[in-house]
Amino acid sequence: MGFLLTLVALVVALAVAWRFLGSYMAAVFEGRVRWLWWVERPIYRLLGTSPDKEQSWKRYAGALVVFSGMSILLTYLVLRLQGHLPLNPQHLGDVGNALSFNTAVSFVTNTNWQNYGGETTMSYFSQITLMVQQFVTPAVGIVAAIVVVRGFARRKATAVGNFWVDLTRCLLYVLLPIAFAAGIVFVAQGAVQTLAGPATFHDALNGVTQTIARGPIAFMEAIKQLGTNGGGFLNANSATPFENPTGLTNFLSIFLVLCIPVSLTYTFGKMVGSRRHGVALLAVMAILFGSVLAVTATAEHQNNPAVAAAGVHSSVGNTEGKEVRFGDTTSALFGVASTSTSTGSADAAYDSFTPMGGFGLLVGMMLGEVSPGGTGSGLYTLLLYAVIAVFIGGLMIGRTPEFLGKKIQATEVKLAGLGALVMPVTVLVVTAIAVSVAAGRAGPLNHGPHGFSEILYALTSQGNNNGSAFGGLTGNTPFYNVIGAIDMLLGRFAIMIPAIALGGVLAGKDVVPQSLGTFRTDNTMFVGLTTGVVVIIGGLTFFPALALGPIVEQLSHGGFF
Amino acid sequence: MWTHLRRAFVMAVICTLVFGFLYALAGTGVAQLLFKSQADGSIGPNGSTLIGQNWTGRDWFHGRPDDAGPYAANPKANVSGGDNPLVANGVHGESGATNLGPRSKTLLADTRALVAYWHRLGVAHPTPDLVTTSGSGYDPDISPADALVQIPMVAEATGIAPVRLRRLIASQTHGPEWGFLGSSYVDVLSLNEGLARLRGLSK
Repeated sequence: MGFLLTLVALVVALAVAWRFLGSYMAAVFEGRVRWLWWVERPIYRLLGTSPDKEQSWKRYAGALVVFSGMSILLTYLVLRLQGHLPLNPQHLGDVGNALSFNTAVSFVTNTNWQNYGGETTMSYFSQITLMVQQFVTPAVGIVAAIVVVRGFARRKATAVGNFWVDLTRCLLYVLLPIAFAAGIVFVAQGAVQTLAGPATFHDALNGVTQTIARGPIAFMEAIKQLGTNGGGFLNANSATPFENPTGLTNFLSIFLVLCIPVSLTYTFGKMVGSRRHGVALLAVMAILFGSVLAVTATAEHQNNPAVAAAGVHSSVGNTEGKEVRFGDTTSALFGVASTSTSTGSADAAYDSFTPMGGFGLLVGMMLGEVSPGGTGSGLYTLLLYAVIAVFIGGLMIGRTPEFLGKKIQATEVKLAGLGALVMPVTVLVVTAIAVSVAAGRAGPLNHGPHGFSEILYALTSQGNNNGSAFGGLTGNTPFYNVIGAIDMLLGRFAIMIPAIALGGVLAGKDVVPQSLGTFRTDNTMFVGLTTGVVVIIGGLTFFPALALGPIVEQLSHGGFF
Repeated sequence: MWTHLRRAFVMAVICTLVFGFLYALAGTGVAQLLFKSQADGSIGPNGSTLIGQNWTGRDWFHGRPDDAGPYAANPKANVSGGDNPLVANGVHGESGATNLGPRSKTLLADTRALVAYWHRLGVAHPTPDLVTTSGSGYDPDISPADALVQIPMVAEATGIAPVRLRRLIASQTHGPEWGFLGSSYVDVLSLNEGLARLRGLSK
């Protein structure tokens, strides 16, 4: 009952965000929101640019890539020099080469894969530096999606916008105010926010002496969720009470994770002048999200097989790796929200989910994270799939396919195909490498099919810039640090750049007038077709791998490994 | 290219200052001003109500077995269970779960060991929360049902009537937030502080 009410509350809250945040974001990127103009102007002056200096898609993508490269370099340097920098109350030393590289790439690609435990590895200075990327990378994802949207909205245009201006506006007008407000809620509920270092105390009742990790956690938590980043301050992420103290902050986390990706479909509809098209994309997201949630929530409401075998009956589902204050189904909802976006935060140990529960999380990522996907990346990835769906639909009825009046021709389909296929190919190839070499096979904690699932999960997560983990895998090895970084870079830029190119190419085209013969791209048929394309490309590509992991585990009744 | 590089560097510095340090410092300022106790970690006389502690002996209510049974003070065990805050009773650790899969032989053995552990303490029918470990490794809470099954153990050891213990648990039970967000829970530290008052150990 509580879970149903939670779902209802979530849907209502997201509907409000969809309508108002969606139209607000459209206004931001059309330059109609100006209340922080006094901050914007000096930034443009320092950068030597201005809103009326628009760029071609190539210059736009170039600026984006150079900025991301610069961010990787600077983040890497901060981690390497951590021991010599301030705000380090625990006197933690420099972070190693391979781990610094993996972590810098991880945070700049919006992945937030963590081969370290935050409280024992990162100084407050480093955590704040990583948090900068939690602001910047969702903004980069969103502006990339806006380029694709402008591709549909503009006619015969050579320019797609100004990267620096779009980035600044997204940061100032969208991410900063929402994150700051949410941060206050987190801290009011009990999340920690201090620079005072760890605290030690003694409990006279039981004789326990504890030293607990603290830090500027609450406000990082807000942007960690809002920006679909997922990288926590503490090792156990949102399962720890200092990051996620109550059922309310847990709900807020789920809402923050979903609100921007969902609202961007309204932004899309508004900017291209057809809200129905935005609704169609939202419907695809909702169908996929609902299906995965049904599987995972049902599975997590079952008892853990090992607990059942030990003779303990459960009416509260699988409790291994879960926190009492959240419970089974809500943790499943959190998990699905986190893995169907590019977030990867965790309020429970995903490694200990039941086989089908973990299956749902994997599928959420393998579908390319489009339900609703990461901030920006969800929208542009789904638009790539939609272009393929338009193309297939056009082939079926024998017409030149059009999407929002733009002719979809060879170039567009090639770019969409490239963007859609990079992820499955990358993930399957790196997984094959990892299970073929000793350094890769040394990673898993668990034996049998679950050990394979740990490797598959890690590389699927990084290839989709998710960042969640089956945490038993030992990832802080040279092998996993390097192969993971490659996986993350391809998963980010080899999809984002084709998407921006698609936006640029589309922007240059004129609009063809609609006729009776035009293949409709805003009705139920199209929603079904696009959903089908996502499931076939994302789901079926991975079916053999899934069969070797969670499916075999589910089927091995009574077997323990 | 040079323009890109210069702008990238300038923008990275601006972002670090504004969205890193300014944001974190402003947030810390607001937090310390408005919600000092929470921002500092909800620390009372006996510790933080948000960080679980290891309770031993039959005269206290126990929390999740994150540091008990097979996980007791054994953070370097084959599994990553027995997690700690930074340091607990001299043992170093960090937050984290066992990460054992649902069909893990180790998890099965550990669960059996935990069932036996509860039987030894005098809890005949341990609930699922009491034989599994949490996500954080220091879950501060148990469910009301988890507390109720411990009543015979605590009543026998302390001599306090079960009905008074039941009343104590009821008074310490928090419902879900807003009536439906999350689950009902009992904070083990607060529960034991209440128990200490019943036992006359503290005011």
